[in-house]
Formats: sequence, structure tokens, C-alpha cells
Amino acid sequence: MNTEIKDSIEVTKPPIASIGIIGWLRKNLFSSWSNTILTLLGIYILYSIIPSFISWAFIDASFVGSTKQECSKEGACWIFIKENLKLIFYGLYPSEELWRINSMYFVLLVCGIYILIPNLKYKGWVGSFLLILFPILSVVMFSGGFGLETVETRLWGGLFLTLVIAGVGIVLSLPIGVMLALGRRSKLPVVSLLSTIFIEIWRGVPLITVLFMASNMFPLFMPEGVNFDKLIRALIGVMFFSAAYLAEVVRGGLQAMPKGQYEAAQAMGLSYWRMMALVILPQSLKMVIPAIIGSFIAIFKDTTLVLVIGLFDFLGIIQFVGTNPDWLGFSHEGYVFAAVIFWIFCFGMSRYSQNLEKKLDTGR
Amino acid sequence: MTTELMIEMNNVHKWFGDLHVLNDVNLKVNKSEKIVICGPSGSGKSTLIRCINRLEEHQRGEIIVEGTELTNDSRSIERIRGEVGMVFQQFNLFPHLSILDNVTLAPIWVRKTPKAQAIDKAMEYLKRVQIDDQAYKYPSQLSGGQQQRAAIARALCMEPRIMLFDEPTSALDPEMIKEVLDVMVGLAEGGMTMIVVTHEMGFAKEVADKIIFMDEGQIVEAKSPDDFFNNPESERTKMFLSQIL
Repeated sequence: MNTEIKDSIEVTKPPIASIGIIGWLRKNLFSSWSNTILTLLGIYILYSIIPSFISWAFIDASFVGSTKQECSKEGACWIFIKENLKLIFYGLYPSEELWRINSMYFVLLVCGIYILIPNLKYKGWVGSFLLILFPILSVVMFSGGFGLETVETRLWGGLFLTLVIAGVGIVLSLPIGVMLALGRRSKLPVVSLLSTIFIEIWRGVPLITVLFMASNMFPLFMPEGVNFDKLIRALIGVMFFSAAYLAEVVRGGLQAMPKGQYEAAQAMGLSYWRMMALVILPQSLKMVIPAIIGSFIAIFKDTTLVLVIGLFDFLGIIQFVGTNPDWLGFSHEGYVFAAVIFWIFCFGMSRYSQNLEKKLDTGR
Repeated sequence: MTTELMIEMNNVHKWFGDLHVLNDVNLKVNKSEKIVICGPSGSGKSTLIRCINRLEEHQRGEIIVEGTELTNDSRSIERIRGEVGMVFQQFNLFPHLSILDNVTLAPIWVRKTPKAQAIDKAMEYLKRVQIDDQAYKYPSQLSGGQQQRAAIARALCMEPRIMLFDEPTSALDPEMIKEVLDVMVGLAEGGMTMIVVTHEMGFAKEVADKIIFMDEGQIVEAKSPDDFFNNPESERTKMFLSQIL
């Protein structure tokens, strides 16, 4: 019935060449001579890399078996990864104690998923559990005590160690960074000066130097007999290093706040700390979420440097396994695997950051 | 009615660097009195009211608000700020909080009012400024006039004894000025002690008990609206009036 009426109205469509796939291609890939050349060049490069990578990583690759002899010569030997998976994920952590790590992974996973699902109650409680009780529980579970067998930190390694260092670095460096940023902007000259000195010293030194000093020089300054665990020293180094960078990021956010926000909060009678916690920090941290997550991603990848002080993190253990005479010559597979895992974590953080920005956006 | 002295400023001076922004200011404000301050830009009128809740520090003289002299003691400043509400030219609502959260923030955290009670009171004040239907929106979703009324409700929620208005309509589109002024007139009729920095002379005529004209950091003239508009004494006041009327 209605079709008759519809047919009688003349609908003018835009010219085909400006919409749809063809329109998009014209506009984005072939808009000018130089653009066309770049497009063709790009296609050629992709064409010469991707098919050969796919055939190496999947088509010619060997997945089944348990020794190097079962690997094909042309493709990747994923058996190498499979056979060393325990080392790569947990380092030298005793096999019969692995349940301790796995159960903490499980708790973390469940809490994480709970927090990511929108509109659930008690998220605040789950969050506080993760931030306060979970770390304490982790220390006991991972290192032992309370009836659990002690596992020395020199046996910790692999992805597990990477996550411990990055986790501690990330979780502790943010509050320290915020305090340093507030300190640097403080009206009290002593506080401001000390914060500035602290920030500039840590930022002025490469992380690798920090780790060397934590590992080799720090014990020299300690009284004889006093000895901190090497891992704890590295953790403190990573934490302060990251905190110094975050402090500057946070300070940028604080400086971008309009003065009127401070004045309105003060005019209500809010004290300094309430003003910061309720009005200023929620807004300024929101503004710098991308930069904060950027710092987190950087620190996550920088944890690989702990290899220089003899801690075998994820990448370190992959290199180490590659030197095992039984598995010589498979470092490529190891590096590709490491790259993929690192990418998954970093990409996850990056997506989470975008999510958070959208969720917290209330307009200005 | 007995008069109760709310604010007293004696020989107040303030400098920004070398600039003498308040020059020997003397002012007494009684309970329920409405003072309108006008004057050319840079004359120190905003600075004067910002000294009353110590958003600015005066350097000489004394300011006494409700019997307490303003000093650097942060406790007494915070207490006085709870008694003195302020409305800004740029509204200064908190963009990350809903209107309701903006309005309940100070009662909950400064006055320690239980949350449910604070919300009840907030809704009451939002109704009074006629934006109770916007309570769950964010400031960015409101018009300028609505934002300024929300800011007034936010200040009123602390049940202040004194209200300071720093050019409350200067950032508004013309059609929104009236809705804000209406709220302020209603507040004045309710007996609030008010100090208003504004160029709205109609409002001044209708509401003010006293109009103060400031120039170059000094109070040049302080008179009832009738006297102020009809018999200004100083040449500077005459000049100013001829320009704005």
C-alpha cells in the first residue's frame, strides 16, 4: 500500500563515488598522487611481510610434541614455549607450591571481572579488598609463613615476577606520586623544596642505574648484618622511579584546574585535604588519565630491566631458557611470544583507560 | 529590632605588589542589611568582598566577621567560611558532580549533616531556586542562569548568616539575568544579610539599604539608594552614574 506513495517521491542519492567503500577509498587512500604512491607502497610492504609471517607462525609451525627434534625446520617451534611454560610463567617457584600463585591469580581475576561489570553493588568493598587485603594476603601466600612453606624470592620468576613488580610499582606509585605533586605545589617552602628535589633526583636517573644502586650500592650504606631482600630493594626503586614521573603528570593536571574551583571549595569551608580529595583531585586526575596509564604501561615494560640485577622476570627467563642446550636456537619464538603477552597486557590497560575516560566524562 | 553587627572592617589596606587595591576601607554591616557595591573595574570591589571570607588576605587593619577577627588561624577561617556563603561570577560549580552532589557536598563534609537529611534540605533549596527538576544533571547540561541558581542553592544549603555575591549576573546572557536577580530579591526579602557587587542598578534601587561606590581602592560614597542616585556628592560618582544610567 505504502510503496506506491514512496515510489512517487523522488529520492536523490549522493553520487556513488562519494559514499560507501569507494568514497572512503578515494578520500583516504587515493586523494592525491603522493597519497596513492604511499598507499601502494604500504600494500606492498604488508604483502611481503604478513604472508611469510603467517606461514612461519602458523602454517609451517609445529605445535605437537615434546622435543626439539619434532620441530619442522621451516616454521616456528611452539613446542619450545609449551615445554618451558612453567618456567616462563612461574620461574623456579616449586611445582608443588604453584597452587598458591594460581589461587591468587584466581582471586584477582574474579575481583577484576566483578569490578569491570557495570552497575554491581559493593564495588567499593571489592576495590578496597584488592588494594588493602589482597596485597597483604599475597605477601603471605607467595613468600610463606602461617604454616605455608617459605619460598625465597630468588626462586620467583617469569611472568609472575613481572606482575609482582609491575603491580607493586603501579599500585604504590600513584598515591606517592599524588602526594609528591601536592607537595611540590605546597605553599610551605620546605615541603615544596623537598618534593621538588626528590622528584628531580629520581627523574634525572635512568631506571637501570636506580636498579644497580638498589642492588649493589644500597647494601654498602646499611649497617653490617642488616640486609633487605633484593626483590624488595628493586621494588622500592621501581616504585619511587615511577612515582616521580607520575608526580609530574599529576602536577600537570593540578595546574590545569581553574582557580575558581579552588575558591569555590574554600569558600564553602572545606579544609585543604577535603578540598583536594573531593573537588580538585577527582577532576585533575580525570584530566590526566591517558598520561597516567601511559606511565603505567611504561613501568610495566620497564620491569624487564630487573634482569640486570639478576632477577629473572618474564623476558629474562625467556632469554635464559633459550640458552638451555636442549633448546638452543629458538629465541625467535621466545621473543615473539614475549611480545604478544606484553602487548596483550599493555593493550588491555590502554583499552581500560579509554573506558574509564568515557565513563567519567561529565562534560565541563 | 535590635541591630546586630555582622561585619566590621576598620582601616583595611591591601596591596597586590605595588598596587594599592584597598585603601583605608571602613565598613559596618548590620544583620539583614543589603549592601550593593559598584564602581569601575579594577576599583577593588571584588577584592573587598573576597577579603570578608579570606579568599584574599588583607595586610593592614582589621576585619571582624560575627565577632571573630580574621587571622591566619585556619580553624576559625573555615568556621567563618561556613557562615558566609559566596556566589561567583563564573558560578564555579564542580563539573564532576551532579547538581545534587554539588549542593550537598559542604553540608555533608563540613557540617557533618547525615546524607539523607542533607539531600532533603538540598531539594528544598533547589525547589526554592526552581531547579529541583535538574538535580540529577551535571552542571554542563544546564544553562548559565540555571547554573548560577544552583550555585546560590549550594551556598544557601550551608544556611549562612551572610551572603556575598561577586558580580553574579555579569557572565549571563541578558535573558537569564532576571531569573537570577529574582532569586536574589526573594532572598533579600527573607531577611538575609547580603553584600552584592553588581552593575545592575535596577536591583540596587529595589533591594539595597546602602549603595557603596568604590574607586581606586577607596570607598568614595556610601548612601541610601535615593541619595545615591539623586544627590551624589563626589565628582567621580557623578561621572560613573552618567556613564551607566
